[in-house]
Amino acid sequence: MNIIEAKNLTKKFNGFTADDGISFDIAKGEIFAFLGPNGAGKSTTIKMLTTLLSPTEGEIKLNGFDPVQNPDDVRRSFGIVFQDPSLDDELTAYENMEFHGVLYGLPKKERREKIEQLLNFVELWDRKDDFVKKFSGGMKRRLEIARGLLHHPKILFLDEPTLGLDPQTRNHMWSYLKELNKSEGITVFFTTHYMEEAENVAQRIAIIDHGKIVASGTPAELKASTNSDSLEKAFLSVTGKSIREEESGSLERLRMARRAWRR
Amino acid sequence: MRTIYILWLRQLKRYFRSKSRMVGSLAQPLLFLVSLGYGFGAIFQKAGQGNYIEFLAPGIIGMSIIFTSIFSGLEIIWDRQFGFLKETMVAPVSRLSIMIGRTLGGATVATMQGVVVFLISLLAGFRPEHWLLMPIVLLVMLLVALLFTAFGTMIASFLDDMQGFQLIMNFVVMPLFFLSGALFPLSGQKSVIVTIARFDPLSYGIDAFRYLMTGTSHFSLGVDLVALSSATAIFLVLGSYFFSKIQL
Repeated sequence: MNIIEAKNLTKKFNGFTADDGISFDIAKGEIFAFLGPNGAGKSTTIKMLTTLLSPTEGEIKLNGFDPVQNPDDVRRSFGIVFQDPSLDDELTAYENMEFHGVLYGLPKKERREKIEQLLNFVELWDRKDDFVKKFSGGMKRRLEIARGLLHHPKILFLDEPTLGLDPQTRNHMWSYLKELNKSEGITVFFTTHYMEEAENVAQRIAIIDHGKIVASGTPAELKASTNSDSLEKAFLSVTGKSIREEESGSLERLRMARRAWRR
Repeated sequence: MRTIYILWLRQLKRYFRSKSRMVGSLAQPLLFLVSLGYGFGAIFQKAGQGNYIEFLAPGIIGMSIIFTSIFSGLEIIWDRQFGFLKETMVAPVSRLSIMIGRTLGGATVATMQGVVVFLISLLAGFRPEHWLLMPIVLLVMLLVALLFTAFGTMIASFLDDMQGFQLIMNFVVMPLFFLSGALFPLSGQKSVIVTIARFDPLSYGIDAFRYLMTGTSHFSLGVDLVALSSATAIFLVLGSYFFSKIQL
């Protein structure tokens, strides 16, 4: 059974086509990697799947619901970890979880139990009353994963979840996610620029470029079809070697500023 | 309801935790009260207008409310930049309830701020004439606070980063405050100033405070309340509309 179905998905912004007739299916319980160079249309696709944008053309079924017609049913079906942190720094870890639980309408008793269980799962229970602004990048990511799982989603979206994390944290994070995928059958949809990570973690991969899906299959299939010995080489042979220029939006500028401050 | 409640609670928590913001927002009204209140006091008296602190205090209370509430509305820009807005936008709740929760939270904070500035003005020598009218003053404070939080929300919906913040302060917030009759009496002014003040919703708020606290008024309490209520309704509708159109 497919948990996500996208048919001929197209998104145009004033004449610019970000997604150009994308179709893919993701089976329930799959770990799926969505790869592509900057500006290829990954974020636009995720925004359409998660009800933040409506498609110009095409159709989406997520857990059987259409994001345009039944946004709230779709929203209850997935959890998401965004590319940029989306926690409230002025609240504690526990309060961030509580806020999410209330927004998703979890009854109090269940909410409390689940928050404790998840914070233990990502090893943050002993820091639950600390303000998020004191957390490191890795801790914030773990908290966001716990938050994304609070309302029992069927699908977890992760947009470049390991960006800027050290190998230890990365390793830890994927072991949680694999465990969840096994025990609860959660479908994982993620994007990344680390090809090794995609190769190790994903069961199936789609590569998007210039708004179109240019290749898809298991890591082994992708390597075989391009005669490459690594996914990185397969990726480059499908998408070419030229560097993509992306205009910097305000968010990009903020990220740069944030990085500069950290140093 | 629970959505509105949790967003309201969040605004309150954020306010009480940001100590620097609290101190800053109290220091400014105090500075205005002391420097202007005592500085111009003698001239005001000579001009036959009575006690300047009496006149000024309602204006400064209005100032603290408008600054705090517009700032609360503009906080959406932060939430947008720091990603938290996305977290609320992908939740299975309507954007209207998000907007209402935030606005009520911001307005509550601004009203409390107004009350605190009122207490400060008592220290500076201000004495309201009728203590019994204070509950009504509180309601008017809430109305003014709602108006400008919704107004701030509307502006924030157009801006996607903080670059525009100074612009808004200098070209929107400051004129709204200075042209509202907070610092000088509108009666006896050149008609240009009075005409401008008539289009400034804050004028009616401050006029109502002044009437309820000191018994003098330029418009009249009825006009004030009608103008304030309709402006609040209009900006709540506009704010909700533009907030619902935000694209992330």
